[in-house]
Amino acid sequence: MSGCRDCDGCLPPAFIPDTNREYVVALAGNANVGKSATFNQLTGVDQEIGNWPGKTVERAEGLLQHRGRRIRVIDLPGIYSITALSTEEQVSREFIAHDHPDVVVNILDASALERNLFFTFQLAELGSPMILAVNQMDLAAQKGIRIDTGKLSALLGVPVIPTIAIRGKGIAELSDALVSAVQNRPKPHTIPYGKEVEDRIRRIMVLLPAGAGGYPPRWTAIKLLEGDPDTVWEAKKQAPDVVTAAQAFARELEKIHGEPVGTVMSGERYHAAERMVSEVMDIQSPQDQELTPTERIDRLALHPVLGYLLLVLTMGGLLVWTFVIGAWMSEIVTTFLAGIAPIQPLVKGSASEILFAGAWTGFVAALTLIIPYVIPFYLFLTLIEDSGFLTRFSLMLDRGMHKMGLHGKAIIPLVLGFGCTVPACLSCRIIESPKQKFLAAFLVTLVPCSARTIVILGVVAAFVNIWWALALYLFDFILIVVIGRIAFRVLPGESVGMIMEMPDYHVPHLHGVLGQTWQRTKSLVWIVLPAYILGSIAITAAYALGFLEPINVLLSPVTVILLGLPLMTGVVFVFGIVRKEMTILALAALFGTTVFSTIMTPAQLIVFGLVTLLYVPCISTIMVLAREFGWQRALGITVLETVLAVGTGAVAIRLLGLFL
Amino acid sequence: MASEQLEEYLESILDIEEKDGIAKTSAIARCMKVAPASVTEALQTLADKGFVHYEPYKGASLTGQGREMARKVKRRHRLLEVFLSDVLHINGENVHDEACKMEHTLSDETECALCKMLNAPARCPHGSLIGACDRDVESCSACLRETMPHSTCTRDEPLIPVTSLRPGQKATIAFIRGDNSVVQRLADLGLTLRTDIQLVRKAPLLGPVEIAVRKTRLAIDHAIADHIFVTAYGEKNG
Repeated sequence: MSGCRDCDGCLPPAFIPDTNREYVVALAGNANVGKSATFNQLTGVDQEIGNWPGKTVERAEGLLQHRGRRIRVIDLPGIYSITALSTEEQVSREFIAHDHPDVVVNILDASALERNLFFTFQLAELGSPMILAVNQMDLAAQKGIRIDTGKLSALLGVPVIPTIAIRGKGIAELSDALVSAVQNRPKPHTIPYGKEVEDRIRRIMVLLPAGAGGYPPRWTAIKLLEGDPDTVWEAKKQAPDVVTAAQAFARELEKIHGEPVGTVMSGERYHAAERMVSEVMDIQSPQDQELTPTERIDRLALHPVLGYLLLVLTMGGLLVWTFVIGAWMSEIVTTFLAGIAPIQPLVKGSASEILFAGAWTGFVAALTLIIPYVIPFYLFLTLIEDSGFLTRFSLMLDRGMHKMGLHGKAIIPLVLGFGCTVPACLSCRIIESPKQKFLAAFLVTLVPCSARTIVILGVVAAFVNIWWALALYLFDFILIVVIGRIAFRVLPGESVGMIMEMPDYHVPHLHGVLGQTWQRTKSLVWIVLPAYILGSIAITAAYALGFLEPINVLLSPVTVILLGLPLMTGVVFVFGIVRKEMTILALAALFGTTVFSTIMTPAQLIVFGLVTLLYVPCISTIMVLAREFGWQRALGITVLETVLAVGTGAVAIRLLGLFL
Repeated sequence: MASEQLEEYLESILDIEEKDGIAKTSAIARCMKVAPASVTEALQTLADKGFVHYEPYKGASLTGQGREMARKVKRRHRLLEVFLSDVLHINGENVHDEACKMEHTLSDETECALCKMLNAPARCPHGSLIGACDRDVESCSACLRETMPHSTCTRDEPLIPVTSLRPGQKATIAFIRGDNSVVQRLADLGLTLRTDIQLVRKAPLLGPVEIAVRKTRLAIDHAIADHIFVTAYGEKNG
């Protein structure tokens, strides 16, 4: 938008009667301050809540209807600064500056007011109307922290609402404040820097041409002074002399302060924050002697021996729990569904009979093979995550992850990968450097997701023995480490170390945990059910029509000659690309039996499991990789993993033939 | 006793202290490859000059002054090693011994010029951390940019990396080494100069260190934390 320079604030885009217009409000704030919880309370949409800094990997939207107003609420990712060093900072900054939300709601953690205000000051410089929600007032009170929100409001010049979002306290007041804010458009006071800095900001503002880049002039001046690459690049096109002047001013500041200009500015903002906090916050002398519950738990969770023991037990427990509970639920569902109609794919009979049998088999497979396993997995994982243990695990594993060029934060995508690869790949966004982000996503595609685990269990553990299934798992883990090490060296770019906030532990909120588990499961159900039903129909139909033979023959050099598997498996692998667990379904449908030991030797079963584990990530994964990293890299991973699968499979069948 | 020899003793005591806590006479003798009797004599001299606390039969520990001196020599030693191996390409086996001889004659001015020329290296060729200098600057980039003959103003207190703090120990950030993006990332999270921090814990196996700053707690990669230099409370006088 141009011409913004001369006005105090933007007029609403059009003069529609106010009551009909849909307003847009953005939630912004540091990671882990309760933004998602506030979002859920405002909109009723179940955005995931977790005790993990950097949760909101995708922008979430919801609708708040309050006092006759329709307000669209956007949850921006949690960030600590708007210096645009990371994608998330870039996204937030561009959204606020270019999409002109009617109000920005800055959510703050009452316990860490100083650091949160540092961000508030930066938001204020973007020039949007603003209100503040000081959240987690209860936790702050427990620490003896009291905040005078009235005074804070007076100092900042915008409404400040105290909230406890997780319990819904203060949400009504926040909604009221939002409704009046979309009309009053309260603008925060300018937070002044020290004299030397302030002087130079003014002098740059005078030089700026009108309507530069759509950002407020003060903001542009500050960013030019800081040498912000994007702002400098934009300004160079319009007014290169301003950039030169700003650079000269920056050098002067560096000379006065003896540190880089960016840190001078951060230092000044923190200084302003310190002063404001000292005016509005009161701390009852904390009991120094007594350890807080978080410190007590950390003594165990971060203990050099017990900590790792806890980690191994928890992760092992997660997998055992998943498959014990999963198998039990799967059995109940199977028994129930088998009572409704026989679960037996038909290959002869009328067309409608064949199609119905195909659809029904697919539906049953989806309900019995996948859903019963992901629900307990996500439930348990959410508990670990929400309570704050997962951050401790990533701290403990940081050193080990260095060996693969990653750092502790990458543990979250890798663990999520045991559930489903798609959300796991998306969660790689919490990693800062582009190289590590891609590396983590690549390794995630090799983690055995629940679908692949089911194939291993259903084919290898059931018909060879459990030890061979575990050996495949072990082989996969070793492969991840080896490939991680190689890729770390081969890929261009640099790796950066971890800097992560450590949240306090808290007892998981039942509503939150169930909500998040359902949220994670729900998105899968929408992908799994249709894919299964359509896939299953396609298999049976293609079989009945005799389409499968040509595909099998085409793939036979790989399947039969290299891998030593039955001819029919060519089609099975093709269906597995849709979803990995479909390979079981296809095997059963095509061979007309679920006793796989009658159709393949133990060695063949193991190789079948191995290839399924490694070859082509499923279609959904390829799509997500392409979206995040581009088609070239997505296809690169696909080809590489297929070659890897066929290579190891070809070696394995020959080795296994010697003693099985 | 020559000052070179005294400096060598201080370095050895520092090494042994970092490993075992207190430097026993026998350990020093082994490390310096001399007879225990000469060690006793040297320790006596060092104690007289106020560099160590020495208790016969128990061993020696560095005083604040002694530790500062030892760290200074260590820093020079490691800087010289970088210079000898990276610039002069001296055979790796000889680098340590050469540096041992040169470290005692280096002036403050030469040390600073060497550090600038080598672009403020973080580690010696053997991987040990190079300590911070005692010049009164607030970042390496500020120092590297300086083209004028530098001021000779130095700091009063010894600087140590955050990773050398004991759990529970409090300190003030004095200086952060590294490129601007790392310094900026830390500054954004509240680690600005002259901020008070407390080391909460060090994760095992050189894992991240956890520090408390501005009422929040941060886990920071060990290598990054090595670059955050602080003045520890109660370190001033040893």
